[in-house]
Amino acid sequence: MNFSESFFAAKFGITRRDLESYLSEALARGGDYADLYFEYLATSSIAIDESIVKSATQGVSLGVGVRVIAGERTGYAYSDDLSPEKIRHAAQVAALIASGPAKVEQTPLGEGRKRNLYPVLTAPSETAFKERVALAQRADVAARAWDPRIFQVQATYADNLREVLVATSDGVLNFDRQPLARMGVFALARDGKGVPQQGHSGGGGRYELDFFQKERTPEYFAAEAARQAIVALDAVEAPAGEQVVVLGPGWPGVLLHEAVGHGLEADFNRKGVSAFSGRIGQQVASPLCTVIDDGTIGGRRGSLNVDDEGNETQRNVLIENGILRGYLQDKLSSRITKATATGNGRRESYEHIPMPRMTNTFMLAGESAPEDIIKSVPRGLYCANFGGGQVDITSGNFVFSASESYLIEDGRLTRPVRNATLIGNGPEAMKYVSMVGNDLKLDEGVGMCGKEGQSVPVGVGIPTVRIDRMTVGGTA
Amino acid sequence: MNWDALPDLARGVVQQAVAAGATDAECTISEGDEFSANVRMGELETLKEAGSRGAGLRVLIGKRMGASYTSDLTPDGIRRMVQSAIDLAALTTEDPHAGLPDPAELGSLKTDLQLFSNDTAELPTEDRIAIAKRAEAAALAVDPRITNSEGASFDLSVGGRVFANSRGFLGHYRSSYCSVSAVPVATLDGSMERDYWFTIARNYKGLEDAESVGRKAAERALRRLGATKVETQRVPVIFEPRTARTLLGNIFEAVDGRSIYRNASFLAGKLGEKIADERVNLIDDGTIPGLFGSSPFDDEGVPTRRTPVIERGVLKNYLLNSYTARKLNMKTTGNASRGITGNAGIGHGNFFLEGGTRTPGEIIRGVKNGFYVTELIGSGVNIVTGDYSRGAVGIWIRDGELAFPVSEVTIAGTLQEMLNGIGEIGSDLEFLSSTSAPTIMIGEMTVAGR
Repeated sequence: MNFSESFFAAKFGITRRDLESYLSEALARGGDYADLYFEYLATSSIAIDESIVKSATQGVSLGVGVRVIAGERTGYAYSDDLSPEKIRHAAQVAALIASGPAKVEQTPLGEGRKRNLYPVLTAPSETAFKERVALAQRADVAARAWDPRIFQVQATYADNLREVLVATSDGVLNFDRQPLARMGVFALARDGKGVPQQGHSGGGGRYELDFFQKERTPEYFAAEAARQAIVALDAVEAPAGEQVVVLGPGWPGVLLHEAVGHGLEADFNRKGVSAFSGRIGQQVASPLCTVIDDGTIGGRRGSLNVDDEGNETQRNVLIENGILRGYLQDKLSSRITKATATGNGRRESYEHIPMPRMTNTFMLAGESAPEDIIKSVPRGLYCANFGGGQVDITSGNFVFSASESYLIEDGRLTRPVRNATLIGNGPEAMKYVSMVGNDLKLDEGVGMCGKEGQSVPVGVGIPTVRIDRMTVGGTA
Repeated sequence: MNWDALPDLARGVVQQAVAAGATDAECTISEGDEFSANVRMGELETLKEAGSRGAGLRVLIGKRMGASYTSDLTPDGIRRMVQSAIDLAALTTEDPHAGLPDPAELGSLKTDLQLFSNDTAELPTEDRIAIAKRAEAAALAVDPRITNSEGASFDLSVGGRVFANSRGFLGHYRSSYCSVSAVPVATLDGSMERDYWFTIARNYKGLEDAESVGRKAAERALRRLGATKVETQRVPVIFEPRTARTLLGNIFEAVDGRSIYRNASFLAGKLGEKIADERVNLIDDGTIPGLFGSSPFDDEGVPTRRTPVIERGVLKNYLLNSYTARKLNMKTTGNASRGITGNAGIGHGNFFLEGGTRTPGEIIRGVKNGFYVTELIGSGVNIVTGDYSRGAVGIWIRDGELAFPVSEVTIAGTLQEMLNGIGEIGSDLEFLSSTSAPTIMIGEMTVAGR
């Protein structure tokens, strides 16, 4: 597709010449670099509760953000009105970060990318709403049918289509069409008059509606949520203190996201405030661990053709055989530290300044059979599913909350245990990884990562791993 | 489009929706301007300044609901938004409890809630930057072990809210706040700790002085240096106000009318029962002038009010909007909350725990062996069962003194036991956000470490 056929050119009549003139306005007071980020976002969501469609919402938002970098300084302004006067005004406000005469020779805008990691012909948001309502209804029916003890179900379906255009003063002109869809199921189970227990499930990615009809059906997510709620009915108190912990494959990869991922974002490291600062080349994990951040996996929730600064995403090795290899860069940090771009500059919307962010973060498979890993543990905890996590990047302490876990006794999974938080220290925790399974699995596609008030969709993945020592925050 | 034109626009949207076939409609418009200046190591790092607005519409056609929103407030954008909501309503299922509040319940407080001030907007940009620089410089000057900084910020936000419905309600209000924060980093033997402090007010004059913010942030980071893990044990746990308020956040979720009618809360069905120590008085009050949880009406056009949630340990009220009230056969408590998208959920006004008589120092002195929690991380709270397990940072208490810093531990129990186990409530209640608590002590929790 040529620029002239792209969304903003076709729908709003924006030309190369317009973009170049906004960029020179932004650099008029002496900035070193400027970029424009145009965004059009159409969203829709459906929520079913008590088998009733209680909420159905559609909407659009539109705007442009203008950024100017002068040395290490950033000026930012945005407008929700694409009229030339308003965009110029935003450019003038952002330009104020610099003071002096214009000094940068603008590079003429080039032509955009060619690859497409999510070749979606009809984005879900462009198909009939009715079909999407039907998906959520199927999930509701299936969860209720799973077991008579399921007494409450909420099923949600949400999708969006984002059209973006990035133009930079160093000549990048890129545009992209980014679909994203997700289903979610929440189920409550109860035994007679006992305490209710919950189960959650969900997934999706940058796919067409087809995905939910063929690959991951509403029934699949419904069964998973219902199963977790039923399992929890028999849960006993979680142990308290240091344990051998085995993480199951898939979503437990959130460990990597918290324990190492955030700590490797270049902004923190440039400022020297991350527990990983200055540790490139050092051993920060067991030699069994190789951790990758890859924004190029087809259809994945964390994947992007180009990041929100117009750079192509790529596959970046963060940790190789336990040795720290690299940081995740955005434009500002790579300019300041003279590092190569990694395609990790992301932002929540046109109202936000880009930052280094993860895409899909996972650990490569090892050689152990998952059953051998469990068999090797005389006493410990097996975590199959997690809620969210959080990290203090400066001290390196991180937590993640197990939502489905089991006691391991004499090499076998025995009783399910109640929710417990696991806590560790980033540069230390992964040194205790003693076995890595051959069963790498990526998560189902539900991850949302928050940083400094900005949320972006991400993916995680991990094979089964054994961690010899980690503190489990139970009560028993 | 300027602020003065927005009420008419909202009323016009409602009229268009009714003309297009809606039996009832409500329109929310919000607008806001933001400014932020971040400095780091004495230099300006980012300046951000911009504004945006958006409208949301919810329509009912009989008992079917549809909702839409747009950032395009041109006649064309509005027309598309109205059509979209009407189209969706045709596709949803009937909900016997769907509807707007009764006309008799609608209204707006007449008192001046002092939510808006223009004084900060008049402060020149250079002065705003200078304030952030002063906060950071004060932090860096406290101790040579403060070696680095994640920066300091001056933030300003001015916003407006308009709400109109087809039952004759039209209300609007503006609000403002400004804040100063600092995040210094302390270093000892190659390991780092950071902490923060902030001040926030409706107007510039209400802010704590920038130097004091910086110094407090630095002292907080310094006292974390050299933190260790402790042995796993059951001990009394004291929450300082900043962590105590997160517990209130958990209780708020558990009294949210949506969790109640779904039976997805450990407090469902417990109205009138004793669920907490008798010293506990927990209140929601959206009517207190100047505070951050105050507003003249909720997001369905119902006046805000004071609602006792827990009184002398007894659960008195859930927090409801009109939908959850109909579901539970109760009355709305004026707690509807929404952005411009979707349905009204539940929000709180000023949700706070009434202060007690003893100072935090007196409470700490009464503990022989315990844990003073200054930061909590993670999301390990299950509102359905009440199970509680979170990562914690703080200071160990030995013989009534703050003895040594602790990190990489968790605290765990159940919210039921924690509410009943509240042994002390401090006299240090301050309203720094819409959720506020004084220092509290819980008799016993499991601290998991080594």
